[in-house]
Amino acid sequence: MALSNVLEPAVSGFNFENSTRNIVLENGSEEGKIKAPTPMKTGTTIAGVVYKDGVVLGADTRATSDEVVADKMCAKIHYIAPNIYCCGAGTAADTEKTTDMLSSNLTIFSMNSGRNPRVVMAVNILQDMLFRYRGMIGAHIILGGVDCTGSHLYTVGPYGSIDKVPYLAMGSGKLPAMGILEDRFKGNMDLEEAKALVSDAIHAGIMSDLGSGNNIDLCVITKEGVDYIRPHRESIYNYKRQAKYKYKPGTTPVLTKSVNQLELELVHETVQMMETAGSS
Amino acid sequence: MNTRGLRSQLKDSVPVTGLCPQAGPYGVQDSLRRGFSSVKNELLPSHPLELSEKNFQLNQDKMNFNTLRNIQGLHAPLKLQMEYRAARQIQRLPFLPSSNLALDTLRGSDDTIGFEDILNDPIQSEMMGDPHIMTEYKLGIL
Repeated sequence: MALSNVLEPAVSGFNFENSTRNIVLENGSEEGKIKAPTPMKTGTTIAGVVYKDGVVLGADTRATSDEVVADKMCAKIHYIAPNIYCCGAGTAADTEKTTDMLSSNLTIFSMNSGRNPRVVMAVNILQDMLFRYRGMIGAHIILGGVDCTGSHLYTVGPYGSIDKVPYLAMGSGKLPAMGILEDRFKGNMDLEEAKALVSDAIHAGIMSDLGSGNNIDLCVITKEGVDYIRPHRESIYNYKRQAKYKYKPGTTPVLTKSVNQLELELVHETVQMMETAGSS
Repeated sequence: MNTRGLRSQLKDSVPVTGLCPQAGPYGVQDSLRRGFSSVKNELLPSHPLELSEKNFQLNQDKMNFNTLRNIQGLHAPLKLQMEYRAARQIQRLPFLPSSNLALDTLRGSDDTIGFEDILNDPIQSEMMGDPHIMTEYKLGIL
């Protein structure tokens, strides 16, 4: 269908056509204000710690939408590159899309150059992308990875600010988690100590924050590879269905049944030979 | 990759081409083709990012060329801009989507993915502009 009032082709990217309408709706007409639906936030506790051989990242698994738990087994630790993983807090869709695009960009880079990406590259790409949109993309991210220069842990805020520290927590449950981390972190821990520390930090966030809950996921990144432990610790309040709720076949009585044959006639038949012989 | 804005370059950067109504042939709002206009709609952007997104590529190019001029001399951006102009002319007819492959390669955006590639892809749009009107507008006959 051709539009007759368009003089130039549409521009790709974000489309702001509806923002005037949205402002008018929110400020209200004579009938009353209409509230826009809020996006699903992850109201999270995420934490990360650098230990002797690499990085341990941890996250809870609850996603909330206002006052209801929208997803009990949400995966908040996203894959960026074989040696880089990130945890995302904030608006769920924003973190998913941003980390997906980051991952695609780094994959293109590795294919072009034949090298594994470095954590600083991921941080720079993320920083540029988030600053360009002036914080409208609500993604609070913890990036951790091991590359040829060592193990790194960064946090990127929604406006593009970064911080490089050996231990971090983000999300609505970050204050209790930071308390545990500040108390028990020491440099050069070994693996079991680091896992216990991150797990306890997330657990503190789960206990003290309404927006975090359910299970704890851990992700251990070392030079050799990645160990994604999902779930590391399950919540004791996991609800299991008491009975099966499926209907048995034959529950609905069949009243009548009629079969119509479709009359098809063969109009045209072509045969095309495939080149299956090996190439010379 | 965004260059970190050097403050000195921004003093003569692109003036924001706002949302002023495009003037018709006599310098007046063209109601037939663009509909009625309202002052509030055109003076202020309804979304804080609208203006900066509209001019993003332009501002980036300006900053990059300015930096290049300061580092390598006037000839470098001149030569690059000549190539950009040549690449920008490789297009299909105005109502058909063009791939802009040469322009993408020059800009370096052929190996990056941003929101421009995912959202609102003109190749996948459901509507098409009217071919006659768009060609006439492009040629200046309209």
